[in-house]
Amino acid sequence: MRPALLATVFLIASCGLAYELIAGTLASYLLGDSVMQFSTVIGTYLFAMGIGSWLSQYITGRLALRFVQIELLVGLLGGVSAAALFLLYAWVEGPFRLALYLLVLLIGTLVGLEIPLVMRILRQHIGFRDLVSQVLTFDYLGALVVSLLFPMVLAPQLGVVRSAFLFGLLNVLVSLWTIRLFRDELPVRALHLQCGLAALLLSAGFIGSDRITTLAEENLYADRIVYTETTPYQRIVVTRWRDDIRLFLNNNLQFSSRDEYRYHEALIHPALATLPHPARVLVLGGGDGLAVRELLKYPTIQSITLVDLDPAMTRLFSQYPQLTQLNQNALTSPKVQVVNADALVWLEQDAGRYDFIVVDFPDPSNYSVGKLYTEAFYRLMDRHLKEDGLAVIQSTSPMYARRAYWTIVTTLEAAGLQATPYHALVPSFGEWGYIIASHHPYQPPRKFTVPLRFLSPESLPPLFNFPPDMARVPAEVNRLNNQSLVRLFESEWREVIR
Amino acid sequence: MHRRDFLKMLGAGCLSGCTPPAPPFPKGELLGVSHDLGHRLHDGTLPAPNSTRHARVVIVGAGVAGLSAAWALRRAGINDFVVLELEKESGGNARAGENAVSAYPWGAHYLPIPTMESKAVRVLLAELGVLQGDPFAQRPRYDERHLCHIPHERLFWNGRWQEGLMPQFGASREDLAQIQQFDELIAHYRQRRDAHGRKAFALPMAHSAQEADLLALDTVSFREFLLSKGLTAAPLHWYVDYCCRDDFGCTAAQTSAWAGLHYFCCRDGEGSNATSDSVLTWAEGNAWLTRRLAAPVGQRLHTQAAVFRVEEQSRKVLLDVFHAGENRSERLIADHVIWAAPLFALPRIFADCPSDLAAAIAQTSHAPWLTANLTLRQPPTGKSGAPLSWDNVLYGTPSLGYVVATHQRLRVTPAPTVLTYYRALTEETPAQGRQRLLNTPWRVWADDILRELSVPHPDIAQHVQRIDLWRNGHAMIRPTVGFIWGNARARLQQTGQRLHLAHADLSGFSLFEEAQYRGIIAAERVMEQEGLRYVSLVA
Repeated sequence: MRPALLATVFLIASCGLAYELIAGTLASYLLGDSVMQFSTVIGTYLFAMGIGSWLSQYITGRLALRFVQIELLVGLLGGVSAAALFLLYAWVEGPFRLALYLLVLLIGTLVGLEIPLVMRILRQHIGFRDLVSQVLTFDYLGALVVSLLFPMVLAPQLGVVRSAFLFGLLNVLVSLWTIRLFRDELPVRALHLQCGLAALLLSAGFIGSDRITTLAEENLYADRIVYTETTPYQRIVVTRWRDDIRLFLNNNLQFSSRDEYRYHEALIHPALATLPHPARVLVLGGGDGLAVRELLKYPTIQSITLVDLDPAMTRLFSQYPQLTQLNQNALTSPKVQVVNADALVWLEQDAGRYDFIVVDFPDPSNYSVGKLYTEAFYRLMDRHLKEDGLAVIQSTSPMYARRAYWTIVTTLEAAGLQATPYHALVPSFGEWGYIIASHHPYQPPRKFTVPLRFLSPESLPPLFNFPPDMARVPAEVNRLNNQSLVRLFESEWREVIR
Repeated sequence: MHRRDFLKMLGAGCLSGCTPPAPPFPKGELLGVSHDLGHRLHDGTLPAPNSTRHARVVIVGAGVAGLSAAWALRRAGINDFVVLELEKESGGNARAGENAVSAYPWGAHYLPIPTMESKAVRVLLAELGVLQGDPFAQRPRYDERHLCHIPHERLFWNGRWQEGLMPQFGASREDLAQIQQFDELIAHYRQRRDAHGRKAFALPMAHSAQEADLLALDTVSFREFLLSKGLTAAPLHWYVDYCCRDDFGCTAAQTSAWAGLHYFCCRDGEGSNATSDSVLTWAEGNAWLTRRLAAPVGQRLHTQAAVFRVEEQSRKVLLDVFHAGENRSERLIADHVIWAAPLFALPRIFADCPSDLAAAIAQTSHAPWLTANLTLRQPPTGKSGAPLSWDNVLYGTPSLGYVVATHQRLRVTPAPTVLTYYRALTEETPAQGRQRLLNTPWRVWADDILRELSVPHPDIAQHVQRIDLWRNGHAMIRPTVGFIWGNARARLQQTGQRLHLAHADLSGFSLFEEAQYRGIIAAERVMEQEGLRYVSLVA
């Protein structure tokens, strides 16, 4: 009887410390500031154990039965603790900290009951001096083993959620062991049934912990991923969190539905609102159809040709309900012709001339895309621009990539175009830059005739004013044979993004 | 069974069992200069001429020299000339091919920004719209489409691609110090001028300063010269050797130090939108230029025309020509002949060839070359580092790397491409190299090339559709030690009465600028002898 009960002490001590470590780890993982999380979790836990010890005096009879019941409860609560906290954090914006400390308090209290009860049970078999010495020895030994095993083996191999279920099962095992030792004084059948149910639940959790983790992480990190596709050109990811839809191309944020109207209104209307009768429009890039949505507000526009490289992009934004709601079915409008082609190749072949050209390419982060920001490209674009027409170019951030931005301005000028730079604040991007290219001096519009949320005649003038931290800097012309822009862009953004 | 064999067997078993089935080996052709016709020229099996025709000027050879001679004549209003070309197509070393994916070069594939001295190149480029504005401006503007786009060149060394061809990453501190010393040495020679203001190393080379200490550089090899300057670093010597093999078809140990320095010093042309290391390039290489030179020649250009006898008379030159396409021969009676074909062929067919000329020609040597065009379903991928560039070189391999034919194409998306792989056979003597070129079957070359390229591009074999090979036994003259300023080349400069030599062989290295210069000089000499008025393109 004595060695068996001492083994029990070893196991319950292991489990007790394990729950404490699991709670601490999870709290640091989710909330950060691990010193704070571990300190408060351990403090709460030890305090709760004190409560448990104090409460143990009120347990008078049927010690073995109470011990088995407490073990089962500890096993259940501790076993599901990690999974429950994880899911709670991911799915409910509820009071996570409150739940965390309540759970720690509860488990701590129950664990605090264990040792006093075991000691009282063992007192019938061992003298007090040996009892204290041996129980505490095994208690600390169990703690040592788990404190080493958890960070080195269990957390990395099994993960926090699965480890918790494993310790829960150990507690159930201790219960079964105790039932066996005291089978004469316990309602064996009823207790076995309870143990079986607990074991079943914890085993299910143990097996399913990967799915629980995925479920929680999906929610945790990229909001909820509602669509992914890897095309020959890029990886498309659409996420949704509440009413915020975000598009990522190769992990770069393209828009957030919360503020994309700012980006797209600023892209389209300052130029388009000054054209008296825009009829033919060309959009290069912009496969999300959001720029086209803004264009379609103008009844004079008869045709919009959208040239985007990736058919998967334009298909997604023509068919996927949440996205077509966002672009108001712009891509399926009878006025819109979608062409999936390499813009450079297409422009060389197309003979059309347009009133308005929207250039909405990805940022010049490599030599391949960099070709779309060169003097040669702007000369090619110019061949398609009517004499009184306007073009607008999205041109990265004049704040974060100031020299890159002014390089684009300088390049447009080298291509023989007049460049009018302006900028707008798009919270999810920061301060963003655009350039209007034209053959004649550009004058901002005095009024807007279409419904807008961001732009107004009053809010427009400051967009053309560049404060000193974004003011013009001398820049090289970006050419096919130097591509100075790509290097600048890379180095400037490297300063900003860690 | 030895343990090693057993392991090998295990390895083989795994290779066949564990990897997906390999794609079929690429197809391809083994092409080259008309070897058979070349040999028939002097074994006496060609039919005797059955007709006679008069021509004011006959130009033999439709490479850069011959086409430039024709260009100079046309510019002066002389149209009574005939151009004879042995091959099926004109272009010489600038010849090119084409398939569904792209046009691609078989030889020369770029032109540096012309120097101030390269007047004729400037005039030609202005005529073709490549150079915009005043052709003689210090820094004229060039059509951006033809300037080599970024990224320009990269080197595969120590398992990764690095930008530029000079080895940098992995070079020791001492190596880097020597590389800097080398750059300073080159800068010194680049700036050097003689009493007349002539550059130490000009392009065309005939404009170079004639100071004794400079000319003496021709008597040592480029390698010895560098060693004598204390430059011993292995990466530097690899780089210099690579440059010599690339431009001259011989190693730095064989190249005259004068020629080696000429390569590094002469290219100082600039543009308002181009620096001195910029180059002009086209998918089909320099065939872009030669085709534009050949087009106006029209009917006057006869291809597959083999000259098998030349006789210089007091007032005329007789040429017996075999037209392989028609299987007949004719006799041309010319007032002047401009010999713009490689010189080594001349003594065999030149009746009463002056013995000193024959001796001088015997001292020339030509490098054998292999060019491969690899057609790929997609651009090559693989090891990390600098992105796929126009020129891609592998450190320490027998080849000169490869050039991407589709590099100048204006497109953003990756698409099928053609890689032009160059290899000068410098491991043996030129004669042995020619034998190897002739005897090695297509499959052996193809395996060899794929093995070499699969180091930086492990999966390249899966993407290659075709490997076409071009063999050229006498691809370019070698500027070996003592040749540039020796007696033999001096003899080649002496003009005949009515037979004028015009070939890059006369300069001692095969560059567009030199070939063009020699062609124009010959044409202008003809016009001078005829008492015709012309505005010199080279003076």
